Amino acid sequence: MNHTIADTAVHASRAKITMQYKWGISEALFRRLLYFAGLILVVLLAAIFFSLAIASFPALRQFGFSFLIGKTWDPVRGEFGAFAFLVGTLMSSFMALLISTVFSLPVSIFLGEYFRHGNVSTFMKSVIELLAGIPSVIYGFWGLFLLVPLVRALETKLGVAPQGVGIFTSSLVLAVMIIPYASSIGTEVISLVPSDLKEAALSLGATRFEVIRKIVLPYAYSGIFAGILLALGRALGETMAVTMVIGNSNFLPKSIFSPGNTMASIIANEFTEATGSLYLASLIELALVLFIVTTIINISGKLIIRKMSTGK
Amino acid sequence: MNDNLNWFKKYFMRGVKMKEGLKVAVFFSILLGLCSWGFGAEVELIGAGATFPYPLYSKMYDVYHKEHGAKINYQAIGSGGGIRQLTNKTVDFGGSDAIMSDKDLQEAGAPVLHIPTCAGAVVVTYKLAGDPELKFTPDVIADIFLGKIKKWNDARITAMNQGVKPPDTDITVVHRSDGSGTTSIFSSYLSKVSPEWKEKVGAGPSLNWPAGLGGKGNPGVAGLVQQTPGSFGYVELIYALQNKMPYGMIKNKKGNFVKPTIATTSLAANTALPDDMKVDLTDTDAAEGYPISGFTWILVYREQNYANKTEEKAKALVDLLWWMTHEGQKYAEPLHYAPLSKAAVGKAEKLIKSITYKDMPIMK
Repeated sequence: MNHTIADTAVHASRAKITMQYKWGISEALFRRLLYFAGLILVVLLAAIFFSLAIASFPALRQFGFSFLIGKTWDPVRGEFGAFAFLVGTLMSSFMALLISTVFSLPVSIFLGEYFRHGNVSTFMKSVIELLAGIPSVIYGFWGLFLLVPLVRALETKLGVAPQGVGIFTSSLVLAVMIIPYASSIGTEVISLVPSDLKEAALSLGATRFEVIRKIVLPYAYSGIFAGILLALGRALGETMAVTMVIGNSNFLPKSIFSPGNTMASIIANEFTEATGSLYLASLIELALVLFIVTTIINISGKLIIRKMSTGK
Repeated sequence: MNDNLNWFKKYFMRGVKMKEGLKVAVFFSILLGLCSWGFGAEVELIGAGATFPYPLYSKMYDVYHKEHGAKINYQAIGSGGGIRQLTNKTVDFGGSDAIMSDKDLQEAGAPVLHIPTCAGAVVVTYKLAGDPELKFTPDVIADIFLGKIKKWNDARITAMNQGVKPPDTDITVVHRSDGSGTTSIFSSYLSKVSPEWKEKVGAGPSLNWPAGLGGKGNPGVAGLVQQTPGSFGYVELIYALQNKMPYGMIKNKKGNFVKPTIATTSLAANTALPDDMKVDLTDTDAAEGYPISGFTWILVYREQNYANKTEEKAKALVDLLWWMTHEGQKYAEPLHYAPLSKAAVGKAEKLIKSITYKDMPIMK
């Protein structure tokens, strides 16, 4: 019981020296290995960016900025414009995010606050992990055969053109797909709220709901937002599930029920049959635009998170 | 240091038995490798391209491998992919539903032969109560796909279909979302019969469709049409037959309303066929022919001496092509493909005989 701090420190450093001697790996080498691994990731990202930029050069030279605002995508005439797909991508992803947050936030609170351990918690967590693991093609089929008739019935009731497929349906499918990403991070962050804060509030007479609203959520806000950002990134790039239910119409969507198209979907559809260098280059430029849009959203999300954390 | 050695001894000596087992395993795997190398004297050919004839080619190559030994690996990546891989000289032959454009031929560098293997038809399919059999004229089809005819009970549709009463619902046009040879054939037909289509949209594997929803692949379009009441789309005849979907009769150039069948598809080739077989069978002159038919071709370089190809491989390719256009044709009909007519086979024979290796024809 008379172990002083100094004794512990000496013991630890002695153990470290023996360990280094036994295994022969120096601290510096290990650190260098880690830096190298990190560097490879950065290099990979830059390589992807540059290979996309170089391959899309013919289209960049031909269209310039008008590629982003051009509304026609005509492979026969060689006129390519990405605006309709940009709008389709952003519309379906943000709608999906809105719908999924309505579910993922309550699930995070449920699993982070109320049922942290026990059978219910294990069951729910497994179900959510399963949702994340389902291949996107299966989501596409589920959407096409189950959701589309339901949406068609809804559209008939609302008096809109009963097509069934469209931005709305694809947003629904995407929302189900991205719930696990937002909710698992949210659950972690909420369960990490220090219990002395919550107990302090409870001891002052706050109800459970008030504790969640005034203590837990403000504390976990930035983490929940990070989870939402992750979910948004997933939704932006999703291809197979979206292409089966979005209607694949290369026009600007007029309402949430009209068919549209996303950048990922059109690349997946037209890439194999694209003959001609301008066509291919335009498709690769679409990929570049998607890459840049995702990067911009990620960076702005991180900035918002930082502002929220430091602004406390 | 000492305990390290002990650890080493313990785990290594325990594996003495493992070491023996490892030796035996290595020996047998080398033996197996040598065996397969010995058997690997058979020729292997690689092809890539159109998805439309894939079921037929798959059956043909399976039979060919059993009867003649040569192994053929065909990847159904799409007509555009087939043309691209042939140009890059990564495959021995390409498969395409579309004729190579002048630009494609320029990129290929050397002359490319188009050898027809079978024919297919594109049908217009729809979802209406009672699955009626409707008749269409070319201009009506073009105007529906242009978005000009919007309702099923439009006067121009009811004029030809007196017995049926089409309902007062909107027509939901369904087209292909991905690039495909089926779209090439269909749009080439529409460009021929409708000047407005030719000007506004044109022909090709991917188009700027003026109206409608897109489905991925023939199954995607078939699925969308089957699910959406009042829909109108186009698929390969095979898909319509297999999914038991209704399809329409179309008025051909000679004025006859023709029902799309295997027979009428083959009959569409009863016209003057050019020697290079780069013929578009749509809107055919043949009196009994279905107007939206097309060949599918195997593309090969005329001069086979490239990319270090051996004469043996070139000869194997020529033998395969001869078999596909002769004995292999009997597998077409059971799989709902239209076999080549006698005239078409004759032209194909001439083309195959013109394949050379080092400027000498391979087939004597």
